[in-house]
Amino acid sequence: MRRFALIALPCAWLLALFLVPFLIVLKISLSDIALAIPPYTPTLDLSAGWQGIRAFFSALDFDNFRFLATDDLYWKSYISSLQIAFLATLMTLFVGYPIAYGMANAPDHWRPTLMMLVILPFWTSFLIRVYSWMGILSTEGYLNQLLLWLGVISTPLTILNTPTAVYIGIVYTYLPFMVLPIYSALERMDGSLLEAAEDLGCSRVKAFWLITVPLSKTGIIAGCFLVFIPVIGEFVIPSLLGGSQTLMIGKVLWEEFFNNRDWPVASAVAVVLLLILIVPIVLFQMNEQKSREADQ
Amino acid sequence: MAQTVFEPWNDPEAKPLIQFKGVTKRFGDFTAIDNQTFDIYEREFFALLGPSGCGKTTMMRMLAGFEKPTEGTILLGGQDMAPIPPNKRAVNMMFQSYALFPHLSVWENIAFGLKRDGKPKDVIAARVDEMLKLTRLQQFARRKPHQISGGQRQRVALARSLAKAPKLLLLDEPMGALDAKLRQATQFELMDIQEKTGTTFVIVTHDQEEAMTVASRVAVMDHGRIIQADTPANIYEMPNSVYVADFIGEVTIIPGKAHKRGNGYDIAFAEGQPTLHSETDAALDNGQTCYLALRPEKVSISAEKPADRTNTVQGRIIDIAYLGNLSTYHVQLPNGQMIKAQAANTRRLSRRDFSWEDTVWLSWTDTAAVLLKG
Amino acid sequence: MRRLTWFNTTSLTLGFAFLYLPMIILIVYSFNESKLVTVWAGFSTKWYGTLVQNQAFLDAAWVTLKVALASSTIATILGTMAALVLVRAGRFYGRTLFSGMIYAPLVMPEVITGLSLLLLFIGIGLDRGIFTIILAHTTFSMCFVSVVVSSRLVTFDRSLEEAALDLGCSHFDAFRLVTLPIIAPAVISGWLLAFTLSLDDLVIASFTAGPSATTLPIKIWSSIRLGVSPEINALSTIMIGIVAVGVITASLITKRASLRQQADERAAVHA
Repeated sequence: MRRFALIALPCAWLLALFLVPFLIVLKISLSDIALAIPPYTPTLDLSAGWQGIRAFFSALDFDNFRFLATDDLYWKSYISSLQIAFLATLMTLFVGYPIAYGMANAPDHWRPTLMMLVILPFWTSFLIRVYSWMGILSTEGYLNQLLLWLGVISTPLTILNTPTAVYIGIVYTYLPFMVLPIYSALERMDGSLLEAAEDLGCSRVKAFWLITVPLSKTGIIAGCFLVFIPVIGEFVIPSLLGGSQTLMIGKVLWEEFFNNRDWPVASAVAVVLLLILIVPIVLFQMNEQKSREADQ
Repeated sequence: MAQTVFEPWNDPEAKPLIQFKGVTKRFGDFTAIDNQTFDIYEREFFALLGPSGCGKTTMMRMLAGFEKPTEGTILLGGQDMAPIPPNKRAVNMMFQSYALFPHLSVWENIAFGLKRDGKPKDVIAARVDEMLKLTRLQQFARRKPHQISGGQRQRVALARSLAKAPKLLLLDEPMGALDAKLRQATQFELMDIQEKTGTTFVIVTHDQEEAMTVASRVAVMDHGRIIQADTPANIYEMPNSVYVADFIGEVTIIPGKAHKRGNGYDIAFAEGQPTLHSETDAALDNGQTCYLALRPEKVSISAEKPADRTNTVQGRIIDIAYLGNLSTYHVQLPNGQMIKAQAANTRRLSRRDFSWEDTVWLSWTDTAAVLLKG
Repeated sequence: MRRLTWFNTTSLTLGFAFLYLPMIILIVYSFNESKLVTVWAGFSTKWYGTLVQNQAFLDAAWVTLKVALASSTIATILGTMAALVLVRAGRFYGRTLFSGMIYAPLVMPEVITGLSLLLLFIGIGLDRGIFTIILAHTTFSMCFVSVVVSSRLVTFDRSLEEAALDLGCSHFDAFRLVTLPIIAPAVISGWLLAFTLSLDDLVIASFTAGPSATTLPIKIWSSIRLGVSPEINALSTIMIGIVAVGVITASLITKRASLRQQADERAAVHA
């Protein structure tokens, strides 16, 4: 009885506020747009009984998905989201790995402080962290002022509202997600392994490639997925830092819903986005499983 | 005043405190306890001894109420325990990890069980103080578990489980986390406390020395069965099987064929070797395979063949294990059979009688060895 | 031995400069006299003054705080229950679905969570406002809480609970008197995480908030879309300051606690 109550309450909550809403999205993605409230058809009319249910199901179709496939705005957005997420993940890895490596090799009494410094931005508002780059990257921003003053450039660069700004924003905001798993993998590594490798004739650099990198592999993979997965659906960064030529699917969905008020298409966009996300999520789960087993 | 010997298990009138009746415990396909029937008496210090996975912990968890028997019944004072949940049993347990509540002080840990019974405050305080005194922890009462040493933690766990004055106290590897020196001191302390409180103790351990030291009876377990349950002396001197003989202490097992002669049997163990003779009550068929279990300290070692011993064999010293007060000699017979013999080191090492590769005579009396069927 | 080579020193310096410079610039320029944010015109705190008088921001902050307090508290209760189910309940019908529903919201893009909840609220005719934001925030943050708490529960020594039962506790008392006090740090960090996530959230709140309730991130969003403003710089500085004080205090407390524990353990060895 006690056990039943314990299971039932969180389960009911998640069913009602996570699973059911998602089923509604799925259903609306199969409906058609209409000038009505709510702005789509068909709506389920239970008062019409069995006939109503039959009519409801027969009016559902895949038109919205066909539309997504034909209009190049959508499939280009998906491709470009994946591409941006992939490149940004690689960049975050290149920026994050040396930081994690430096932390793991720092003296013991420094490490809690360094750890706190990496986590601190994570607790600060995401929106503010993205916003802080707007002042830096704009045409009359601090970066251009600095470069002009140094005489590196003679006319201000346009960085804000370009893909470059989006990449900078992503690397900046997602850096802790990359650093922390790699750091925890590196920190667990036994320092005598490197000494053993050098003792057996490896150079420092070779020992790094042959010992350190393979042993931090699960951390690298975890960090990459922790960046890659959320970036695909990212909305704030492309909206604030990217221009009109930066296509990202999260932004498209938002605009489809709020600006065009086309709920069925927005829902279809969401469904396809989820389908795309399943692959990396499953891969991520497998990696986590493997590292858990390795721990035991 | 003659002291009566404490042997309730030999007294047909004595009522056992705990009775296992045909108890079987299965986890899926695995049989942890295999149809066991035995009794434990009041005031006993009963040890369950065996290698890990032999079922001793399962036995104890069934007594505590954390596991239910698949078949059979466990009676406590004649009452079936099955329907009584762990928190209603007059049984307390001292956990292997001690399971001290890290957020509570030593005092609060000991008072925990008493408070659950809703006893008045002054009664609780008096009982906790009594327990602190018993375990010599008075000055640590206000400390948290992580602020005291391992040995002190062990005593807190003991005090906490004894505080409710249970009919039966279960101790799961109580000294597993202590180092060797501390362990010995603690063993005597534990016996002392058991005697003072008169509580029945059931201890689970894989350390045979510990079981022999503390227990009034030792049950040697293997694969979910009790192989032999008896006093430490009987377990050592009269093992009922090769398993028990081998598990407890050092022993040489000599396999052979038995032939009846006089009050015992002649055992032929190798071609060209004289037969060995052993007196026994056991009945064996002629030519039956048997095993002679020989404790090393019962074997004499000499340079000349002794005239007055029944069993004499000649061999070569292969190895000498120097243990300080005594040495164990590993002597190989011509057929390859190894026999261990122990001798006290009454002289200094440099003047030792025997050395490696020496040919020596081993001898023992006709009652020194135990004849076993298997 | 661990030592700082020039490579490690450089990478740490550059890395942390990258992480902190943008925020430092933001803080410095919040004290800029000029309305032109990128041109320094002398020190002034006037933007803090105008911020305090901006009723819309104050209202939004109040709404955000209420939402965060309510949703993080409910999420902590539900999330802890869910963690107990995940770690302790063993097998039951629908377990896979249950753990799926716990983990899915962690990786679900916010736009989808927001969209689906909005469609639900419209579908059942629930008026959007503070209440719907609380429901939405509770739903996704309870999953984060349950992950934090269940990772603590996995390493929890079950024999502590058995000891409590053995000493006469009911199951509920064993949880209340033994388990909960011991896992409390994880529950508290779960609550803090839920609280921060709620404070921080723009996307889900934008979908589920009605015209009657505007949260601070929504307010900030609508003003920064037009560009950088000194008032927002001032607001950001205040928010960064609060978080920094909180995180640094927390880390000092845990550091001191762990130092004390180490000292205690050393003392115990010699006792």
